[in-house]
Amino acid sequence: MLNVADLLKRALAEIQAAQDLHALDAVRTSWLGRKGELTALLKQLGTLPAAERPAAGEAINQAKTRVHDAIEARKLALEQGRIESQLQAERIDVTLPGRGQRRGGLHPVTQTLERVEDLFSQIGFAIADGPEIEDDFHNFEALNIPAEHPARAMHDTFYLRDHPLLLRTHTSNVQIRYMLRNKPPLRIISTGRVFRCDSDMTHTPMFNQIEGLVVDEVSSFADLKGVLEDFVAHFFARPVTLRFRPSFFPFTEPSAEVDILGERGWLEILGCGMVHPRVLENVGIDSERFTGFAFGMGAERLAMLKYGINDLRMFFENDVRFLRQFA
Amino acid sequence: MKISEKWLREWVDPPLDTAALAEQLTLAGFEVETVQRCDSGLDGVVVGVVEQCEPLAGSDHLHVCKVDAGNGPVLQVVCGAPNVRRGERYPYAPPGVVLPGGRRIEPAVIRGVQSTGMLCSAVELGLGEGTVGLLVLDEGAAPGSDLVSVLALDDSVLEVAITPNRGDSMSIAGLARETGVLNRMQVAGPAITPVPAASTRCRAVQLAAPEACPRYVGRIIDDVDLTRLSPLWMRERLRRAGVRTINAAVDITNYVMLELGQPMHAFDDAKLHGDIVVRYAGVGERLTFLDEQERELAPDMLAITDARGIVAMAGVMGGLATSISTSTRSIFLESAFFVPAVIMGRARSMGMQTDAAQHFERGVDPDLPVRAMERATTLLLSCCGGQAGPTVDTCNRAALPQPQAVTLRHARVNRLIGVDVSAETITDILRRLGFETVVDAGSWQVTAPSFRFDVGIEADLIEEVARIHGYGQVPSRNLGGRVGMHQDGPDPRIRDWRRVLVERGYLEAITFSFTDAAYQDLVLGAGDALALRNPIASDLGVMRRGLLPGLLGAVTFNLKRQQTRIRLFETGRAFRMENGKITQPLLLAGVIFGNNYPEQWDIKNISSDFYDVKNDVESILAAAGISTGLRWRPQIGPGLHPGQHAEVFVQDQRVGYVSSVHPRVLQALDLPGPMLVFELDVEHIPARASAQLQLVSRFPSLRRDLAIVVDQDLPVYRVLDAAAAAAGEALTNLELFDVYQGEGIDLGKKSLAIGLIFQVTSSTLTDEAVDSVINSVLSALREEFGGRLRE
Repeated sequence: MLNVADLLKRALAEIQAAQDLHALDAVRTSWLGRKGELTALLKQLGTLPAAERPAAGEAINQAKTRVHDAIEARKLALEQGRIESQLQAERIDVTLPGRGQRRGGLHPVTQTLERVEDLFSQIGFAIADGPEIEDDFHNFEALNIPAEHPARAMHDTFYLRDHPLLLRTHTSNVQIRYMLRNKPPLRIISTGRVFRCDSDMTHTPMFNQIEGLVVDEVSSFADLKGVLEDFVAHFFARPVTLRFRPSFFPFTEPSAEVDILGERGWLEILGCGMVHPRVLENVGIDSERFTGFAFGMGAERLAMLKYGINDLRMFFENDVRFLRQFA
Repeated sequence: MKISEKWLREWVDPPLDTAALAEQLTLAGFEVETVQRCDSGLDGVVVGVVEQCEPLAGSDHLHVCKVDAGNGPVLQVVCGAPNVRRGERYPYAPPGVVLPGGRRIEPAVIRGVQSTGMLCSAVELGLGEGTVGLLVLDEGAAPGSDLVSVLALDDSVLEVAITPNRGDSMSIAGLARETGVLNRMQVAGPAITPVPAASTRCRAVQLAAPEACPRYVGRIIDDVDLTRLSPLWMRERLRRAGVRTINAAVDITNYVMLELGQPMHAFDDAKLHGDIVVRYAGVGERLTFLDEQERELAPDMLAITDARGIVAMAGVMGGLATSISTSTRSIFLESAFFVPAVIMGRARSMGMQTDAAQHFERGVDPDLPVRAMERATTLLLSCCGGQAGPTVDTCNRAALPQPQAVTLRHARVNRLIGVDVSAETITDILRRLGFETVVDAGSWQVTAPSFRFDVGIEADLIEEVARIHGYGQVPSRNLGGRVGMHQDGPDPRIRDWRRVLVERGYLEAITFSFTDAAYQDLVLGAGDALALRNPIASDLGVMRRGLLPGLLGAVTFNLKRQQTRIRLFETGRAFRMENGKITQPLLLAGVIFGNNYPEQWDIKNISSDFYDVKNDVESILAAAGISTGLRWRPQIGPGLHPGQHAEVFVQDQRVGYVSSVHPRVLQALDLPGPMLVFELDVEHIPARASAQLQLVSRFPSLRRDLAIVVDQDLPVYRVLDAAAAAAGEALTNLELFDVYQGEGIDLGKKSLAIGLIFQVTSSTLTDEAVDSVINSVLSALREEFGGRLRE
């Protein structure tokens, strides 16, 4: 039985010499397989004297275990080596840019409108929409702005040439249409394009307006203040100092304009007020039972304040170098 | 309006500095937009008296003056002003002074003559515009005294925005009244006492339209000398208010309007004939106005007439023929009340804008005309001399606005404002405002003073309470939730589609809704565009019929700025005439130009083509839940490439198109190509039906690939549709994975490589079953299109 130790030594040498998994497998078969040398040795146990058999068996099994363990260890090492070389071969420059399309972006005015809509949606405002070519009734009359009223001078109105229609001067036409269709309590926010016959550094003949309306049995000026303070703080995502000062709009009474405190003093950002009882009556809502408030603001103005834009006209040039900055 | 702070403080002088006063007015609804000091840059400028004035030898306009400017020796100053005279007083700027325009005065030698300092005009001192010559100072001004104190320039001009409802505050008196209310102070203007008649001359007035003009106060003043200037202090106040000085009579009427709020008019009495009749204009009646324009008055316009016809458009502007000049000796002064409704909009409709019309259409106190007449008479007599006739107040009292009591309920105040304002506070505010107030249980009967045209209903009174109480005093309350859920409103899918496009590299544009008519016709083909009556510019004269004109304009803008790859989209309404009706469809449109990918290191870049933009549209529709039932139909369309234009239909509803812009249009616009575009009609994209679960098979699928050769011109969708129909229910997917023409395929043919995937939920499909289906597919394609398997 002396040759067990020799066999083991040879087997271990062959295992170490195997350079890949395939060769290692061949080594395994030649020692531990059905016809392997150690297997063969076991089969020969029966030829030994009975007294030697246990010791011999023990020695062979120990050798088998050691060979088995050595093969497993070698296998791990070989696999490790193979992965190492694969990793080495597959090394890339991970700092190269990713492949594919470059994302575009939403217009800053759209982002502003969506942000405002989302904020007001949180407190139950429905989004409402309406036509941009409008008639005198919905844009003016129903809003308590009769034909010759000086307040009309505040709206430089575009008129169609061949039809008794106009381009809406504010989104307030949506208020009227919505109130004619729906019963209070109601809360709406309407956004969109409006038109004024005016053009300079601070005016474009088209701009976007955001308007809100609440009508119910409890609304007060205090609610209006609360909503707008909440809105401004969330829109600018920072605490903002506001002031409400008396103003005039034909469709609200009392009316107010709201300023925010900027680095260079107060900046007007919106107009608002309690819905004028005549406006409610014009759409068939009992102004004794219901009260409400409305507010309106320019989307471009909000966007200018938020993004530090100083020229209104940039919004409509669609320079991609401008648009990309807000993507 | 612009007002002098000092002037206001003569009426009421609250213990507030300028900034605090401006803020107080602003927070009471009279927004102070700017505050400007009057004395900036005038340090060191003093009164100089010209003691000698000799022409400078060799000059046709220069004079050498000896000027006494107070302490010290008489100074020699060379002066080029046409109005320099011996004995007059002018502003004198000694060397070292920097004038408001930034000009620094230095000792100078002019034509060999030493000149020390400068005599100044109003323009040079920043005190006026367009006036010629030196500013002449009053005789009382002592040489050497500061110009700032002589002209009372230690003042500020407040520019106050007066809202259209508060015409009563468009004057010193009106703003002083508000300031008094806010500070609980008495307000006192100059004493106005009746000027007794020195003659009996007067002109009779007939109120032929008393409902429009119930009061007309007139007065003749004879023997006036209008060659005299109005006093400097008055001209200074007018200047600070932004009013040009004309002559003494006009200056005085303007001054009274600024001071009291009553517009007045001065006629040359010698040019009037007979009685004054206030009536509506007759059809076709015309007047040449003070601005030398002749205009026809409409029959809804009120006219001041005499025996010969119209002499003024009431409350707006006077006529040229009866206007005063420096040679006028007799003046007929008008101080009237016109009902706002008959003035409103009339001036605007004639293309005129006057201060008088602004006052009258907002409402002028009907009790004011007599007081204003006395004030103007006093000022006129003191300035121009003369003899006043009696003040004739022609008034139809029944037609004057009658004060109406309005009920104010305490509960309503508190409900609308949202805070408890005590009854005492409310009563106090109403009384301070001059409202006649009768207190009831829980309410008030309130009658507004005659100048408050804006108070007609309870809400107006509530605004007054809130305004004086202070908007800042109203707490902020959190709006509770008291509304239901809701589902109408604009199509929420637009938000998804915008993001689909953004992920695919598009930037969002916003272009004007109006465009140039010819440009639009070029891009979209001729069509009926809705034209504006009053466009802001001729190239923005019609409403857009589609979004392409604006988007192509944006492309042009960017190409001119070195951009080489452009992807833009826009959402918005177009405006069309369809079957005689105006429609305003909401559209989503896009344009792409340049490579299909941004420049990068590992993508072979090719120019974008039809199939790129088509896939963008497919993605939009997929985001709308539409991936089947789509139909693409080749079309011919104006401005679009006839071989690359397809309309897309969903369930037989046309939802839009994908195209390449016609090369001729590109050429005309000087744009490169290909320029790919799409436009979708948002309202026509059907809503997604709620998805219904389809069982996922547990059994394996089988795939068969076919290469079918068909005619080159055969639209592929027909082959795919026919194959799908023939394959029956076991077909779960069908993919076109190659389209081939070239070697091995006959000319005029193409080979389509189609993968068909079969699977059923009940069992494993057998090869035999699938083979039989494939045979049906092949025979269907052979019968319908002559299609055969590729060899």
